[in-house]
Amino acid sequence: MPEYMLSVNHVENEPTPTAEETQRAFKEVDAFNTRLQEAGAWVFAGGLMPRETATTVDNSNGDELVVDGPFAETKEWLGGFWVIEAPDLDAALRWAHEGSQACAGKVEVRPFQAG
Amino acid sequence: MTAPSDFDAAVERVFRDEFGRVVASLARRFGDLDLAEDAASEALAIALEKWRDEGVPPNPGGWLTTTATRRALDRLRRESHRDDKQQQAHMIHDPEPHEPTGPVTDDRLRLIFTCCHPALAPEARVALTLRLLGGLTVAEIAAAFLVPETTMAQRITRAKRKIAGAGIPYRVPGLSDLPVRLAGVLAVLYLVFNEGYLASSGDAPVRRELSGEAIRLTRVLRSLLPDQPEVTGLLALMLLSDARRDSRFAGGDLVPLRDQDRGGWEQALIAEGHALVRECLARERATGAPPGRYQLLAAINAVHTDARDAADTDWAQIAALYELLVRIDGSPIVRLNRAVAIAELDGPEVALAEVDRLGPLGLDRYHAWHATRADLLRRLGRSAESRSAYDAAIETAGNEAERAWLARRRDTLVGGAPESS
Repeated sequence: MPEYMLSVNHVENEPTPTAEETQRAFKEVDAFNTRLQEAGAWVFAGGLMPRETATTVDNSNGDELVVDGPFAETKEWLGGFWVIEAPDLDAALRWAHEGSQACAGKVEVRPFQAG
Repeated sequence: MTAPSDFDAAVERVFRDEFGRVVASLARRFGDLDLAEDAASEALAIALEKWRDEGVPPNPGGWLTTTATRRALDRLRRESHRDDKQQQAHMIHDPEPHEPTGPVTDDRLRLIFTCCHPALAPEARVALTLRLLGGLTVAEIAAAFLVPETTMAQRITRAKRKIAGAGIPYRVPGLSDLPVRLAGVLAVLYLVFNEGYLASSGDAPVRRELSGEAIRLTRVLRSLLPDQPEVTGLLALMLLSDARRDSRFAGGDLVPLRDQDRGGWEQALIAEGHALVRECLARERATGAPPGRYQLLAAINAVHTDARDAADTDWAQIAALYELLVRIDGSPIVRLNRAVAIAELDGPEVALAEVDRLGPLGLDRYHAWHATRADLLRRLGRSAESRSAYDAAIETAGNEAERAWLARRRDTLVGGAPESS
């Protein structure tokens, strides 16, 4: 079965949600996760700590470089994601619509390379 | 022996009719759009050679499908060393079993929903539909949309790669998704029609082939989905517009509806369009389902083409239809068209008030908004304002015929020239 990553990005200068909004999103995402699991579509999901906590390593030349900070300074960065199984893009898009509603944000859908 | 030009025309007709069918059935059989497209093209090339000597066979569609299938099988055998992963990258996703379980679905219906999938960029949907279903060459599509051929080729290649890579299914959507997805397909077909009918840019005011192709594909869609009234509505809309095609221009100049020579309208198309609109009305009465946008636009065109002359137009009916349309789609452009009907019904002053409300909503970048204002201001005797509205319309108009017509209208204004005002 094909797998898709549904990712949610933070955008620079977006308004910080109120505590109430955050609580509601948590609850709805929980319920969405349960639906994914019950439908057998769930593979993995998680939210990430803020990007200030990122560390980038580069051992492509055998130098074992370690640098504080994300890979690139960008205006958008990954905040969390789901990995799901879906028979085709239409099914993945339906899940993405639900996920977007639950987390109150845009969701990017990308297929994993097969096998 | 047929003369070469007759032969070419006959073969051209067969190709246009059969290309989509061949691609669709091969795509279903082999699960690979690239392979289907290439094999169909090769079969056409072979047909051109062979039929020139031997004549067109009695079942040209069957002949093309058989030949294309053989070419596809040959190629698969030649490429069988390709590893699975590489092959997988080209496969389209066909979630349904190949044994038909219910009524047999024409594969072209799957293909059109795949080509017009909302996950593809709008310009890619148009290009794919014309290439795979219409059988137009990449060069023809590039020329029609005024982009370099390499750009168009990349657009199509990228779209096919996304279909395979992202798993866009080769399937007719289920009942719950059908209305939204069908609206997407109709939007693509209407865009193709309008590109040929209005020609948003460039000097050739009419690119007839594109409109003809859109009508042909809409006929195919209607034969596949006879119970969808919006498909019927779109076909009627296209026919009723196309019937007036030749009357819209005189020596490269635009002729507005009210000045068109109604004797030049194609009566056969109008009759067919009217019959389709009546069919939609009867269905609406039987089902109680309110008409969608294409049915309403078709009905508006039916009222226009029903009038013996411009003065005979039933503007009350047209305004009422636009009222229904605004309820479905309250966009500024629909409201602008409603304002034109209001001008005929309630006078230019009432219409101008509504038109002026629409400028700040983004229409002030649109030539038709300026042209409508100019016309209303002229009728109100406000010549100086009318003149500058014409200037703005000329500045934003997309093609030469339109600019020429607007300049002529402007130059007939009496007095009120900027320097004398």
